[in-house]
Amino acid sequence: MAKIIDDETIENVCILAKLSLDDEAKEKAKQDMQKMLDYVEKLDELDTDGVEPLSHIFGDENVFREDVVTNGDNKEAMLANAPKAKEGQYQVPKTIG
Amino acid sequence: MELQTMTALELSKKIRQRQVKVADGVKEVFDQIEKKEGKVHAYLDLYKKDALARAKEVEKGIMDGTYTGPLAGVPIAVKDNICIKGKKTTCASRILENFVPQYNAEVIDRLEKAGMIVIGKTNMDEFAMGSTTETSAYGVTRNPWDLERVPGGSSGGSCAAVAAGETFLALGSDTGGSIRQPSSFCGVTGIKPTYGTVSRYGLVAYASSLDQIGPVGKDVADCAALLEVIAGHDPKDSTSLDRKDLDFSKSIEEKKLLGMKFGVPKEFLAKGLDPEVKDAFMNTLKTLTEQGAIVEFFSVATMEYMIPAYYIIASAEASSNLERFDGVKYGYRAAEYEGLHDMYKKTRTEAFGEEVKRRIMLGSFVLSSGYYDAYYLKALRTKALIKQEFDRAFAKYDVILAPAAPYTAPKIGESLKDPLAMYLGDIYTVAVNLCGLPGITVPCGQDKAGMPIGIQMIGDCFGEHKILRAAAAYEAARGAFPTPERGGAEA
Repeated sequence: MAKIIDDETIENVCILAKLSLDDEAKEKAKQDMQKMLDYVEKLDELDTDGVEPLSHIFGDENVFREDVVTNGDNKEAMLANAPKAKEGQYQVPKTIG
Repeated sequence: MELQTMTALELSKKIRQRQVKVADGVKEVFDQIEKKEGKVHAYLDLYKKDALARAKEVEKGIMDGTYTGPLAGVPIAVKDNICIKGKKTTCASRILENFVPQYNAEVIDRLEKAGMIVIGKTNMDEFAMGSTTETSAYGVTRNPWDLERVPGGSSGGSCAAVAAGETFLALGSDTGGSIRQPSSFCGVTGIKPTYGTVSRYGLVAYASSLDQIGPVGKDVADCAALLEVIAGHDPKDSTSLDRKDLDFSKSIEEKKLLGMKFGVPKEFLAKGLDPEVKDAFMNTLKTLTEQGAIVEFFSVATMEYMIPAYYIIASAEASSNLERFDGVKYGYRAAEYEGLHDMYKKTRTEAFGEEVKRRIMLGSFVLSSGYYDAYYLKALRTKALIKQEFDRAFAKYDVILAPAAPYTAPKIGESLKDPLAMYLGDIYTVAVNLCGLPGITVPCGQDKAGMPIGIQMIGDCFGEHKILRAAAAYEAARGAFPTPERGGAEA
């Protein structure tokens, strides 16, 4: 039985996904997600006992390199993309009261 | 010979033989764009001035021996999720409407070293999430074969541009079929390489374990040559492989099918496959056998589980990758908000499209505490079983054959009403990404309405040489494939 997507679940998902949906959008999202979960429930038919989850096709070894700086100082160029910048830094709304 | 009818390799050869100027190729492409782009809308951005200036540079470079490669002087279009320094890279999303990368993707550096000329950025589904290019925030791309139909997706702009003659070559990206399916819908050739063959540095990530950049072109030889240009180890991408067998153009020199073993998953031809697509597919099998290939049918027990596993994994990775778009470092920021968290939420809600939000939410859910094992890990275990099944098949067969899509290009406006139905259309392509395999789509027929149909040739990991050889041999046996004429941009 697929998980039933209720209001509380959608609220929680919106917090995780950092989205603020109005009631209509929430209702639509509930239906869409329910439909998708009902569908992917199909996987439950498949016996995966003892099967290791496969994340990386070619092994999951770390790739190391020497900790040497190779790029130059792009600070100003990077800040040029910021919606708001001040004194050489990204500017965000006040977070500490 | 008209420039427009030349392949990329033919154009470059004429240029290197001093019979055609580099600028002539560029002008030809912009002439076609001027004629057709108003109808097709394959591009999001065009660099005519830069391209003509670059053409001069490349002309000089060819003269002085800087550029000697087989694609020197060839114009190329780039999907808009690949970063070019100083050029807007939007991923067809409002959230990146004004994002200008400060660096080149590795593939862009490689195109430049090969003496190629980037002419513009192509339209796509927003963040490559979609199968029709209709989820773009900047308007739909129309299929050059029939302007009422979609070009497929997500690399719909790249495939439509090649089909319309608005470029000689293009780069796309393929996460679940996004090169192979639109190639089928647009009657062009496209390759999804083995995972790790082409650097993902500078490709805006959708689902990192599945994404690969690949070539789209007029024929197999052009695609093989472009793959050779963009493939290769890159320390900037930790999943990049150090392959030594990158001489892809060589593998198509011998166009021989004799003795090659092809496997066809029986289940792929059962329910859901359009009869006309099936006919074209079966005719292709006939051509292959006539050329001396051995074609056998085999059973794939995991078929029904491919789409569920794919959409769980892809959405999970997408939700994580797209966290970075929060209105702080780049892109869109909501105009009004109360505090930091409200800014994040309003920014994302206002600037992400429906399909992107849908996948971010699904991904957030399947990774959330309490559901991670039941959905995400279950999908990864399923992926292991799918991989085992393909491993067994490749112990017997050189190449696996499949349709590229269950149907030809649908009408604009038909697909987005039912997202799940659209996802099901990816049935023949997603396993290739889950298993890291290489796949190529080659045009193999047309339906009664004249819309192109492609066949997909899938190789084992590192099996590009086999699928290229098979595709080139099939292409030679098939003969020239038509270009769009009726009811489309030419009308």
